[in-house]
Amino acid sequence: MIHEYDALIIGAGGAGLFAALEAGTSVRTAVLSKLYPIRSHTGAAQGGISAALGNVEEDKPEWHAFDTVKGGDYLVDQNAAVILAETAVQAAYDLENRGLPFNRTPEGLIDQRRFGGHTRNFGEAPVRRACYAADRTGHMILQTLYQQCIKNDVSFYDEFQIIDVIFRGKKCGGVVAVELATGNIHLFKAKAVLFATGGFGRMFGITSNAYANTGDGPALLLRKGVALEDMEFFQFHPTGIYGMGILITEGVRGEGGILRNRGGDRFMEKYAPGLLDLAPRDMIARAIMSEISTGMGIKGDRSITDFVHLDATHLGRDVIEEKLPEIAEFSRTYLGIDPVEKPIPVQPTAHYAMGGIPTDENGRVVDGRGRVYEGLYAAGECACVSVHGANRLGTNSLVDLIVFGKRAGMDMANFAKESGHLALSENTVDSAKEKIARLMQPGKGPDPEAIRSRMKQLMTENIGVYRSGKDMSAALENIKTLREDYKQARVRDTGKSFNTDLLQILELGNLLDLAYVTAACAARREESRGAHARMDFPDRDDKNWLHHTLARLRGDAIDIDTKPVEITKWEPKPRIY
Amino acid sequence: MKVTVAVKRFNPEKDDTPAFHEYEVDAAPTDRVLDVLMHIQRKIDPSLAFRKSCGHGVCGSDAMVINGRERLACKTLLKELTDKEGTKLIIEPLRTLPVQKDLMVDQTEFFQKYRRIKPFFINNEKAGPKERRQSPEQRKIIDAATSCILCSACYSACPVVQGENPLYLGPAAIVQASRFNNDSRDRGFELRLPELDDPDGIWPCNNYFNCTQVCPRNIKVTKIINLEKNKIKKFHGQGEGHANPE
Repeated sequence: MIHEYDALIIGAGGAGLFAALEAGTSVRTAVLSKLYPIRSHTGAAQGGISAALGNVEEDKPEWHAFDTVKGGDYLVDQNAAVILAETAVQAAYDLENRGLPFNRTPEGLIDQRRFGGHTRNFGEAPVRRACYAADRTGHMILQTLYQQCIKNDVSFYDEFQIIDVIFRGKKCGGVVAVELATGNIHLFKAKAVLFATGGFGRMFGITSNAYANTGDGPALLLRKGVALEDMEFFQFHPTGIYGMGILITEGVRGEGGILRNRGGDRFMEKYAPGLLDLAPRDMIARAIMSEISTGMGIKGDRSITDFVHLDATHLGRDVIEEKLPEIAEFSRTYLGIDPVEKPIPVQPTAHYAMGGIPTDENGRVVDGRGRVYEGLYAAGECACVSVHGANRLGTNSLVDLIVFGKRAGMDMANFAKESGHLALSENTVDSAKEKIARLMQPGKGPDPEAIRSRMKQLMTENIGVYRSGKDMSAALENIKTLREDYKQARVRDTGKSFNTDLLQILELGNLLDLAYVTAACAARREESRGAHARMDFPDRDDKNWLHHTLARLRGDAIDIDTKPVEITKWEPKPRIY
Repeated sequence: MKVTVAVKRFNPEKDDTPAFHEYEVDAAPTDRVLDVLMHIQRKIDPSLAFRKSCGHGVCGSDAMVINGRERLACKTLLKELTDKEGTKLIIEPLRTLPVQKDLMVDQTEFFQKYRRIKPFFINNEKAGPKERRQSPEQRKIIDAATSCILCSACYSACPVVQGENPLYLGPAAIVQASRFNNDSRDRGFELRLPELDDPDGIWPCNNYFNCTQVCPRNIKVTKIINLEKNKIKKFHGQGEGHANPE
């Protein structure tokens, strides 16, 4: 089947839905998702959305922008950070005006709480900037946006998984997708295509990410020759539930929760005497791993699987039930631990991709020389503006989705009004059909579960919180081998309709490609910056490494190029909290 | 520990009727039912079809009938289902909704009913430049209803939907309507009224309480439905409503 739209959005999370709402006001728009939209991972976000409203204490967008730049260890493109911080204010009001049920101050204003790395007056002290809805802010945002899409009659194609992107030169003409319900292949022609496919934490063993987060957008574009930016920067959220990776929001610490080691000590006093437990996430993740490696984890066995305690017992039942009910539920359900009574065992969990598809400030995908791919857009976690640099501050992702999702939607609509479709023939889907046919061939391929487990193990052990050159290089070679094995992959279920086996094998291929690029970029960067921490190069080296990485797949090899960081307001300084 | 898992399978491409298939797996008491299903799909039978995503009870993808009761597979730990005879899982798709394959059901009618009640914020008064005000007390009123994840567990468990009156709006749509109708900022009550105030709208609810018992978000669904019925009666000038309708 062939469908034609002016604007096509791939992914129905916060960024995709906001872009659809925006573009849909003026051009013929549709949203494709491999899930039902309300199942998207935005719904799992907990802590809050940051905006310098100043409802509880004085705040300014300039401070927010600075915190974002410093939080990103100065790899942030500073104009993008300014746009984020300035636009965030109206974005928060916009969401509220659309019905989002924020928690409220006694005066009836949107309530705000503290969050890691967010400060007043350029680092003076923590500031209450995170607007929140209990600890299910993401759920509320996703639901509100989906409700608005219903109100505005947005067209949805639910459970369609993209398998190819169509280009002619540098102009994007649409995508090819497989319909889960029937196994049929569809061609979606569009004048403008936005990728908002989210993150790819499923490369790792322990992750906060949903099963669906397999980086389909970046992987497809990578295979079409688009370079991906800053792939070495992957955030490990410090507080995932021990052994499971389920996220326990930073908001617990925003409400006063404290991390404690085996001795019951507030160990962040050593690592970030200023912000303590509200230091940026990468610093806290490293602090936890350091405590563990010196035998101060709760088990005390120095193993990578040890954990620390997140103590919220002093917050009181009222605060927990009203402001942190979700994580209380997780803790009770999965651990049998009531955070009102006992501390929660936590450890770092693979959480967020700072890197991804490079874009300009309007969501347009760009190449290494800043030239725009016509009709190609990206927004949300899969994009790299770069507004998060080497490490993302909590609550900045939800803002990112709204601000840059909207900008992309606006630009797409304007672009679509001025352009035409690519002339595409029936043969356009042939490449995708061949790929599926290859996977459906009879005969036994390698065990996909073995490939998947090995990839996760390699990534978790070698491209984790602390990295070293030797381990990364070895992992890189092993991942290359896994990619070779994958080439012989076959589905084991040859059914046509609702073939989840086929979709999971396609997803595995995407994860392998992204793991490959991530490992290569990580091995190359010989410094420590933000979330990329090297034991063999423990210092930040602005002289040689203050640049973005651009990685392109050429055959089976990876070419790495660089591009400058946009530094307009704040010169890089040592990142101390 | 050894776990026997019986899954009600159905492949429309091959089967005439659904049938149970049994699997033996090794699992820990703290494993989720979802972990067991993933193990079966990845290591034993890749054709097993079910929906899942977040794995921790917030996305609503994996609602199914486990040991006779609607639950989220990712929020149900094996130890809850273990008794002195060991651990046996019986896993079936949600009720009422047509089975697409194995544990995947067609939620179209569920979402259509949801969409009918105008599940979006309605207020055409011009908002100021900033947020509309709402007190913490006003906000608290809708808190439970806002946490609905549209998983369909309540819909599946409802005896009215199952047979008494299949046209009944169903619990989730009513909870969603109440979320807006009771939001101090919303003005859409009368616009939503026709769908609710219909013989097949809100009225068929017979207080079975199944919805309340199975809701994985602990929403007191039956109570919300009754409060909404009272609201409608009051609107019609039918005096002070009370919790038990005639």
